[in-house]
Amino acid sequence: MTTVRETTTPELHTQELPQKERMTQETVTDRLERVSAAAYRIRHHALNMGEVQGQGYVGQALGAADMLAAVYADQLRYRAEDPHWEGRDRFLLSTGHYAIGHYAALAEAGIVPVSELETYGSDDSRLPMSGMSTYTPGMEISGGSLGHGLTIAVGMALGLRYQGSSARIYNFLSDGELDEGSTWEAAMGAHHHQLGNLTAMVDINALQADGKTDTVLRTEPITEKWEAAGWYTQRVDGNDMAALLAAFDNAAAQAATSGRPSVILCDTKVGRGVPLLEEREKAHFMRIEEHEWQLCREQLTAGYEGKASA
Amino acid sequence: MSATTEAPDTTTAAKPKLKTSAMIASFADPGQKTASAPFGHALVKAAQENDRIVGLTADLGKYTDMHIFAQAFPERFFQMGMAEQLLFGAAAGLAETGLVPFASTYSVFAARRAYDFLCLDAAEPNLNVNIVGGLPGLTTGYGPSHQATEDMAIFRGMPNLTIVDPCDSIDIEQAVPQLAASEGPTYLRLLRGNVPTVLDEYDYTFELGKAKVLRGGNDVVFVSSGLMTMRALQAAKALEAHNVDVAVVHTPTIKPFDAATVLAEINTDRLAVTLENHSVVGGLFETVASAVVTAGLGKRVVPVALPDEFLDAGALPTLHERYGLSVQRIVAKVLAELG
Repeated sequence: MTTVRETTTPELHTQELPQKERMTQETVTDRLERVSAAAYRIRHHALNMGEVQGQGYVGQALGAADMLAAVYADQLRYRAEDPHWEGRDRFLLSTGHYAIGHYAALAEAGIVPVSELETYGSDDSRLPMSGMSTYTPGMEISGGSLGHGLTIAVGMALGLRYQGSSARIYNFLSDGELDEGSTWEAAMGAHHHQLGNLTAMVDINALQADGKTDTVLRTEPITEKWEAAGWYTQRVDGNDMAALLAAFDNAAAQAATSGRPSVILCDTKVGRGVPLLEEREKAHFMRIEEHEWQLCREQLTAGYEGKASA
Repeated sequence: MSATTEAPDTTTAAKPKLKTSAMIASFADPGQKTASAPFGHALVKAAQENDRIVGLTADLGKYTDMHIFAQAFPERFFQMGMAEQLLFGAAAGLAETGLVPFASTYSVFAARRAYDFLCLDAAEPNLNVNIVGGLPGLTTGYGPSHQATEDMAIFRGMPNLTIVDPCDSIDIEQAVPQLAASEGPTYLRLLRGNVPTVLDEYDYTFELGKAKVLRGGNDVVFVSSGLMTMRALQAAKALEAHNVDVAVVHTPTIKPFDAATVLAEINTDRLAVTLENHSVVGGLFETVASAVVTAGLGKRVVPVALPDEFLDAGALPTLHERYGLSVQRIVAKVLAELG
């Protein structure tokens, strides 16, 4: 295991104000660099966790790292030392198997110690292979049975609004979950109840357990489906941090003026940031040989440094 | 109507009036004392005292007496539409924010359509989510699409879930605040509309998790839940005419089960009979049987329960008679057992 490349780690692991009020002095470039650095560290953590297990959903974690970084390093309001703080925004990981990426993000946020990440998937660890709320601080729900997250998110959004809370709900789901009818029950419910405090993020990696999404069950046209369901819909390159941050800014502006729920559809690349894995045949459960982990980290760091200096 | 339409059948008026399988059929006996929508009124009362109580339904508010709550507290009522997975997921989400949801639908949909959502979103994190299922067991003549004959069998395997099968309006009125106050998820087998009031004639109060002996008797012991406790009491009275002395133990909480009280009554020389408005598979009978075996008692237990079949459509009295839930059938079964 190698140490993550030195990048500026946030000094205070607490984000209690909305992004707009918190970072008034920050330039667009500074913001982009800060959140991109977080994404790099999340990817690095995920590779380390994958190496301990010798396997895991590393491909998904790398693909979704930018989405996770945008949420945890930029959007979410939380108190690291008090994961149950009432005023926190809620991030719901519907795709339980993305836990590896989520744990990396929780470490980045200071909610889970970085030193604990190596216990991922081991007996008695607080970091099981599939994310569960009863195990991990900062894990709001037990995902894994796909299609649950958005239904819970609707209830949370209703409950928080009823109680006068300004907290927001972010529900992370995958394009595979669009197969589940419950996702669309929830999509209709959120629109019907005008849940402007709810943002869904869909990781469209075009891959699910049995193969490519368009060969398993065609979910496209995805954008039109969400628009038809009444959501404020944006589709972006989910590995383009500038585009992601702009989409979140649009969603926040829109939430302030209308009661519509917001969805950010993110096209991502499995294994993103590690060319070796980006080029490998895409699989739900990616095999990585023992000798390849170090190479993956080197490629990741080289890519990040190259981009950072460019 | 066009001129080519067939002439109406003029013989209709002469035919005998058919028994109806109308949805709003009540199982109350003619002239029986009843209370209107006891669940809805009990929920309103509980909500007046506990501002964390909220209600939701999946397009069955009017048919589960939830409309009473919705009218009293419109801002605390959430219509989820005909979407049971959303109903349960959202109920869990509401509970995650510290509220105490009561979510209503029919028992068939609660048990069959959205089990995974109640199981993983509410039961696994042990949230205070209260499911209210209308038309439990055989309380409608609409056939298997609406008859939840196996709801308890389905739900008994769910860890953390409390299951309550109330007898009458008294049980429901007293159970609702206790369900709201108890931690963890619950499932209430709702009796709706004009619900018989039976237990006020006995020295009885509903206590979550407790079985109660309603009457003593030397020859037979009935262990019953739900509306079958009403039938058990009626059958016990009818059996007096045959010089058969029957005790009745009411077990409204199916899980966790009050085995101590029930076993103390069963472990005698009396004929032991369980009575339930549920399939003979996986309900009260098997709950009692497993308690008996676990305690090492070599005691025979006779079930009065619905058969392990998809049931017919028809009028409720017809069906209760057909499947053995009527007082007459219970009396006959006991007399046959006693030889």
